[in-house]
Amino acid sequence: MHEVIWHGRGGQGVVIAAQILAESAYLQGFKGVTSAPTFGPERRGAPLTASTRISDAPIRTFSQIERADIAVVLDPSLFGIVDILGSLKPGGLLLINTPQKADEVEIQGCFSIATLDAAAVAIRFHLLKEGAPMVNTPMLGVLSKASGLVSLDHLEKGLKWKLSGGAAATNIAALRAAYEETSIRKG
Amino acid sequence: MSNVQIMTGNSAAAWGAKLCKVQVVSAYPITPSTSVTETIANWVERGELKAEYVRVESEHSVMTVCISASTVGARVFTSTSSHGLLYMHEQLHWAAGSRLPIVLACVNRGVGAPWSIFNDQQDSIAQRDTGWIQIYCRDNQEIIDTVIQAYRIAEQVYCPVMVCYDGFVLSHTMMPVEIPDAEAVCRFLPPYKPHTILSPEDPRNINPVIFPWQRRDAEGVLRDGYMDMRWKLQHALEGSRDVVVKTCRDYAELFGRDHGGMLWTYKTDDAEVLLAGMGSIATEATMAADLLREGGIRAGVVGIRVYRPFPREEVREAFRNIPAIVVFEKNISYGYEGALCADIKAALYGAGIQTPVHNYIAGLGGRDVKASELAEATRSSLAAIAAGKKEQQTWLNCVTE
Repeated sequence: MHEVIWHGRGGQGVVIAAQILAESAYLQGFKGVTSAPTFGPERRGAPLTASTRISDAPIRTFSQIERADIAVVLDPSLFGIVDILGSLKPGGLLLINTPQKADEVEIQGCFSIATLDAAAVAIRFHLLKEGAPMVNTPMLGVLSKASGLVSLDHLEKGLKWKLSGGAAATNIAALRAAYEETSIRKG
Repeated sequence: MSNVQIMTGNSAAAWGAKLCKVQVVSAYPITPSTSVTETIANWVERGELKAEYVRVESEHSVMTVCISASTVGARVFTSTSSHGLLYMHEQLHWAAGSRLPIVLACVNRGVGAPWSIFNDQQDSIAQRDTGWIQIYCRDNQEIIDTVIQAYRIAEQVYCPVMVCYDGFVLSHTMMPVEIPDAEAVCRFLPPYKPHTILSPEDPRNINPVIFPWQRRDAEGVLRDGYMDMRWKLQHALEGSRDVVVKTCRDYAELFGRDHGGMLWTYKTDDAEVLLAGMGSIATEATMAADLLREGGIRAGVVGIRVYRPFPREEVREAFRNIPAIVVFEKNISYGYEGALCADIKAALYGAGIQTPVHNYIAGLGGRDVKASELAEATRSSLAAIAAGKKEQQTWLNCVTE
């Protein structure tokens, strides 16, 4: 079973990203997928997490993820506020929305890192909500490139399943650009 | 062709109601159940579901609307949680006493004080003695299928059914759910035939003050007293187990999914210890059983699906030759023990089964319950049972000093 934890802030599309990943994984043939928000009240701007579980067999666990295989950080300002590294398994994969290249990131530890200036990609493709860049779709591209868990092709199918025609086309374009521009540092 | 969508437990419950073509829906929003009826309200507004959506000022009025609509012959649905369900309490008795086949999705949540919006099953367990059938679901597929089954059961035995599932844990977690074919659901579920129809053309007085004794009505017919009517409700609930089992079997034949009737089992055949529970904690227990088996302990799981009527015979059968039983549950009957544990022990008593039963109170107010913790608890109970401790109550993961 693969466990993914998403770190972001209320309003950044964290929960939707977790859902689209689950749906795309299902379309790719994984029989067991779940996605869940942090259980409880949600507030715009407050730190929150969402999770996605992906497995070949139907999933029979609904408890909170202790240590994920992949941690996705939509908002780098959360480092120092939330124990992001503590949510990741040793040898796991850390994906960060940041203008820095993976080699420039100063975080050290026993894990691989992939980065993307997801905000810049979102702005380039006009993925904006109330003026703020929606970095969730670009980060799905980073996840696909760095982990290979769910293919770009199936993420595109997942986006088409979830979104209407026009929105799907823009998101798919941003997804592809994100995939190409991802930088990776093997741990 | 199968129609699978990745959806929350709340969407699954709403879809179940839609496929049953419910005619009247009334609800008052409360976390975590809100999105069930929010979804339905959208469908009604867009004309995708031909139903009357009645907005009221409280859950007490919600159940009053359900009772009135069901009495005049409509198929009705509602959903609530926690304090909403408690606020309905008086009308829950009234619905059961009137023998109305109302279906309510109870999205299980803890009860204040202090406030908690998070999951446990204290809310529905507190309604145990209202005369409603209670079914607990283990995943979102079971929720949609059980809502559909609930109408067939309710309308056959004329008892209301509460379809219970864990708040947030299932209500807000998305997973693959196959949406049954709408026409097949119509074939499975015959139209609702009310036992009494209240209409202006045929005026009648329903549920007037009744006396302790039997007496003749205006036409000279000898009518039941209060107690005779109570016995009929008890008899109907006891008798509904056959309907539950047949409904589940017929559903499996038509849709290919068998959720187990009164209870379900997991790896019980060669088991040396059985974990028991209701709802998502029982699903988690199947993972714990796998962990225990990896460590050389032959563990299995019994998931109690229908809590009222209680599966007395099925429980005896499932636990007959087992050396140890561990019950995990998200409720507490204050001053005694977990409600499920007490009921299981009572059922075993009648069959002379002397197996040690250990009780774990877990996950109250949304405290996370992990499979590894259930496995560890089971190991510690097995050690205590080997040392001769026949019963034990433990609050899992809780400060108890």
